[in-house]
This record gives sequence, C-alpha cells and structure tokens, in this order.
Amino acid sequence: MSVLIFADSFNGKIVKSAHEAVSYGSKIAKDKGTDAVVLTYGDIAEAELADLGKNGADKVLHCSSLNQMLPNNLLKLAEEAVASTNADIVIFSFDNTGKTIAPMLSAKLKAGLVPGVIDFPSSYEPFTIKKNVFSGKAFAEYTISTPTKIISLLPNSVPVNQVGAAAAVEAFNPNLADSRISIKEVKAKGGDGQILLAEAELVVSAGRGMKGPENWGIVEEIAKELGAGTACSRPVADIGWRPHHEHVGQTGFAIRPNLYIAIGISGAIQHLAGVNGSKVIVVINKDPEAPFFKAADYGIVGDAFEVLPRLLESVKKFKAAS
Amino acid sequence: MKYLVCISKVPDTTTKITFSDNDTKFNESGVQFIVNPYDEWYALVRALELKEKFGGSVTIINVGGADCDPILRKALAIGADDAVRINTNDSDAYNVANQISNFAKENAFDVILTGKETINYNGAQVGGMIAAILDYPYVSQASKLEMEGNTATIDRDIQGGTEVISVDAPFVLSAAKGLAEQRIPNMRGIMAARTKPLKVVEPIDSENLTSVISYSLPAEKGQVKLIDPENTDELVNLLHNEAKVI
Ligand SMILES: Cc1cc2nc3c(=O)[nH]c(=O)nc-3n(C[C@H](O)[C@H](O)[C@H](O)COP(=O)(O)OP(=O)(O)OC[C@H]3O[C@@H](n4cnc5c(N)ncnc54)[C@H](O)[C@@H]3O)c2cc1C
Ligand SMILES: Nc1ncnc2c1ncn2[C@@H]1O[C@H](COP(=O)(O)O)[C@@H](O)[C@H]1O
Repeated sequence: MSVLIFADSFNGKIVKSAHEAVSYGSKIAKDKGTDAVVLTYGDIAEAELADLGKNGADKVLHCSSLNQMLPNNLLKLAEEAVASTNADIVIFSFDNTGKTIAPMLSAKLKAGLVPGVIDFPSSYEPFTIKKNVFSGKAFAEYTISTPTKIISLLPNSVPVNQVGAAAAVEAFNPNLADSRISIKEVKAKGGDGQILLAEAELVVSAGRGMKGPENWGIVEEIAKELGAGTACSRPVADIGWRPHHEHVGQTGFAIRPNLYIAIGISGAIQHLAGVNGSKVIVVINKDPEAPFFKAADYGIVGDAFEVLPRLLESVKKFKAAS
Repeated sequence: MKYLVCISKVPDTTTKITFSDNDTKFNESGVQFIVNPYDEWYALVRALELKEKFGGSVTIINVGGADCDPILRKALAIGADDAVRINTNDSDAYNVANQISNFAKENAFDVILTGKETINYNGAQVGGMIAAILDYPYVSQASKLEMEGNTATIDRDIQGGTEVISVDAPFVLSAAKGLAEQRIPNMRGIMAARTKPLKVVEPIDSENLTSVISYSLPAEKGQVKLIDPENTDELVNLLHNEAKVI
C-alpha cells in the first residue's frame, strides 16, 4: 500500500498547491504507516524534485517523456503509477489538472472520488472527508465506499510542511502513446512574477464601485506592495474592465486566501459564495449598508478614491519598516 | 454533428442554503431551481450556435427525477431539439456519468458537452468520468470551441494562460465562461418547447462510489470591526498584529 500524490508544475517549478498536496498526503501516509510517493511529469530539475522530500515525500516518480497536459496520456500515467505503487489513496490538487485527471482516474479504476476537500479525513474507517458544497456556502461530509480512494485538495486549505530530507527520485516513463489530442499553441497571460489567483495568499479585489478600468492603477499598486493577487466582481469582468480570469464568485473562481480585501463590491450572495472561505475579509465601501460588511472582519466606510491612496501609503510605510 | 449536452438542476444562485433531517438533506422547501449556469449559458448555447451554422442536432440529457422536467423544458425553449431524462437519483457522480455514457454509446453522439462544474456540488467530475468510461478524449474548461468538419479547435484555460487544442470527434468537453453568451428564451421558443420530445428512460444498474452523510454551515462571522477612513495605518496594524495575515 502507499499514498500516491500527483504534483503539477508550471515553468519547471512544482506549484504551491502541489507542495500543499504533498504535505497533506505525507501526513495521511504517516497516519496509515505507509509511504508517500509523488507522481509528476514535465521538464523539472532533479533538485526541485528531491526537494519534495521536505514536504514529506519518500519517493518521487518523474515522467520526463510527457511535458504537456494531455488528459488521456496523463490518465494512463496515473493508472500505471497506481498499479506500480499499489496505492490505495490517490491525491490531486483541485486545480485545472486535478479537475481533469482525477475524475477520469476515478471512473477508470471505479475508485470513489471526493473533489475539492478542505481538511484531513475525519475517519479512515469508514473513509470520511469534508468538502465545500454550494460554491462555499456550506460543507458536506462524504464517505468513499471503494477500496481505492481518490481525493483532490482545494488550494490554500492546509499548510506546507518543511520537515523531511531529500526524496529519492526515480524515472518513470511508461508507454503513454495516445495522439488524439494535440496542443497547437500556448498563450501565457500576464508577465513573469505574476501571482496566480488560485494560489495567492493575499488578494485585493475591486468591483463596480471603482467606476471604470482607468481607476484600477491604485488597486494594482496596493496588490503589488502587498505581494497580493488581483480579483474582481463579475460585472467588472463582463463589461471588460478586467480580464475574465480575475472574476471570483459562484460563477467565477472560488478562492480562499488568508486575506481578501474587497473594494467597491456590494457583497451579493453570488460574490460571497466564491470568497467567504477567506480567513480574513476587509471591506472598503462608501455605503455603510452594503451587505458585504456582514461578512467582513474589518471594514472602512468611505470613498475608495479617498481611502485607497492613504491605504497605499500605509502599506508602503509598513513594508519599509518590516 | 450530433451534440449531446448534459444538463443539471441546481438551486437558484440567490438561495439561502439550509438543511433538514438532522443536517442530512438539503432543504428544498421554497427553493427555486434553475439550469446549472455553465450548462445553460455556455455548453448549450455553443452547441446550438454550431448546429445553426453547420447543421446537426442538439439533444439534452439529465439524470434525475420528474422534478427536473421544468428545467429540461427551459433548455428546450432555448433551442435544444429533444430531451432525455434518465429516471434515477443523481447523488453519485459516477452513477450519473455511467448513465449518460450508456445512452451516449447507444446513440453515437459526436460531441458531448458538460458544464465545468455544478454550482451546488462543485464536483467538476461528470465530464471527465464520461470521457474515461467511453474512452473518448477529454478537453476540460473550454472557453472557445470552433468546428471544421470533424475537427475541433478548442481554447482551454490552464494555470496562467490558455492552450489551443486540436481534437477530432468524438470527444467530451467541459464548458467554462467565454464559450458563448447567455440566451434568453423567447415566446416562440417557450411555446415550441411544450411539444418537443422529452423521453424518460429507465436507468441501467450502476453502483455508487461515494455518499454524503451530513452537511454543515460555516460559522457566522462576528461583528465587523470598523476603522476610521482617515486611519489606514490602523488597518495595516490590525492586519499585521491582530489578524496576522500580513
Ligand atoms: C446567476 C448569477 C451568478 C452570479 N455570479 C456572480 C459571481 O460569480 N461573482 C460576482 O461577483 N457576482 C456574480 N453575480 C452578480 C451579483 O449578483 C452582483 O450583481 C455583483 O456581484 C455586483 O458587483 P459589484 O459589487 O461590483 O457591483 P454593485 O452591486 O454595483 O456594487 C458596487 C458597490 O460599490 C460601492 N461603491 C460605489 N462607489 C464607491 C466608492 N467611490 N467608494 C467605495 N465604494 C463605492 C457601492 O456602495 C456598492 O456597494 C451573479 C449573478 C447572477 C444572477
Ligand atoms: N444529474 C445530472 N444530469 C445531467 N448532467 C449532469 C448531472 N450532474 C452533472 N451533470 C453535468 O456534469 C457537469 C459537471 O457536474 P459536477 O461534476 O457535478 O460538477 C455539469 O455541469 C453537467 O453538465
């Protein structure tokens, strides 16, 4: 038996949500007295792979023959890895790759999947685990009744361990031939150093209260000073003031950063659904009756155009002092 | 092309979520139900646009009880040709996928579209499961779909960007924002929907791999701490020293 953890990478680096998944999976492996084995693919340096030992991995299986997210090939890779490690628990991140491969593997192995879990299993017998439902408005406890269990972990749900030593890295290149899907082009958005919203621990978000796209400079500056990602409400993305990938909420991305600063956003139920898992919420709104204040930890009732320049100065001062 | 669009029933987005039976059931009393937005706005509308351009047919399918018929009529009013409901409980994603796959296999569809996720269970799993069961290629989170003959060109959202994919039918796709624009059904569509075929099919035997045992709600937030708009230093100080998030 073993715990198998699928770890994704981006530009040659293991992504943060994968470090979380490895930390999470190795704790489960320890509870069960088995090994934590990581499966990854693509062009990743050996040292970066061995470093996963720090998150608790015992061994890393590395497939270098595949370096694109091709779902049917990755399904085969995951199936081969489950067979070769005899894994009875398989863990993915609930990110784009995990949302694609985990359900395919579940159906293929007839192994029950709980996608988007937010905590460790509350019991192993029966296998019981908690996930977000109703777009973050509630939680559900699921049980998985099959011998092999698959779960995918919502990003920012557990801390990253920094404990172990280097992990053993093994080449793992089974035959994955399947040419039915091909990738013709990759279009990156944003530049280097851009903070991916799904991974951001701090998020600065703004809504229709900002009046127009030309006023976003200060929002971006505050985010940059804090090292935060940027987000927006749905109407703002719909009218094209901001790109669609910043849209958070029930019909956009669900995020759960440590800090969510909402500027000029009313706090409609559909918006809250995607952000109310945030640990701390700050609301800046000129209307004291804005519903968002009911979901906030800290609030400023005021005009964003007056408050934001002051807030930027305060953040700069704080950063300079720390 | 024969398109099959998977349609699920979800509570309206403004629903206040509560539970009954000792927190083991979602409390449906007084709840309005809608077609899952990803299924309606994106998957269904794009299939209709492609059919209007190149010909073919758009069938919608749902796994659920008779309570789903009104949302199937809504999708017919938007323009689907016919509807199929597989008459069984939809509590397990694998069971749902198995039922849809079985129907799809018997009726040889070229493109199967799902939403990227439902807004109630947020599983993002039924599409991938159908693809694995049928052994079709799977393209998830598609924000653009063009067809040329049998070949599709698809934009797929990935971390930090977009990928342009090429794949031949048959395949399964899950629809994300951008694939199409929402369509409001008109009077003619609503009238026509009343007489379009809605076939009820009995389920095949299939096991459930997971089950929900209980629900809970997040803890209520305490009172918001208001800070003087002149004193943003105080906010930064509280975020650092009290909340410890910066
Ligand atoms: C099916 C469905 C799904 C939806 N999904 C989503 C979703 O995923 N995400 C989402 O965000 N929305 C979603 N919505 C829309 C949602 O209902 C709200 O309409 C939307 O969130 C409002 O955006 P907003 O707060 O930016 O704008 P508004 O509601 O217009 O609020 C603007 C706020 O800015 C404040 N303001 C104005 N000027 C200033 C100023 N100078 N300084 C400070 N504050 C100011 C106002 O007091 C107000 O509270 C959905 C709606 C539906 C029907
Ligand atoms: N009961 C159902 N009947 C038909 N299609 C469904 C059903 N449940 C889910 N789907 C489809 O699968 C997609 C993803 O659902 P989920 O995996 O539950 O998030 C939905 O957007 C629908 O297109």
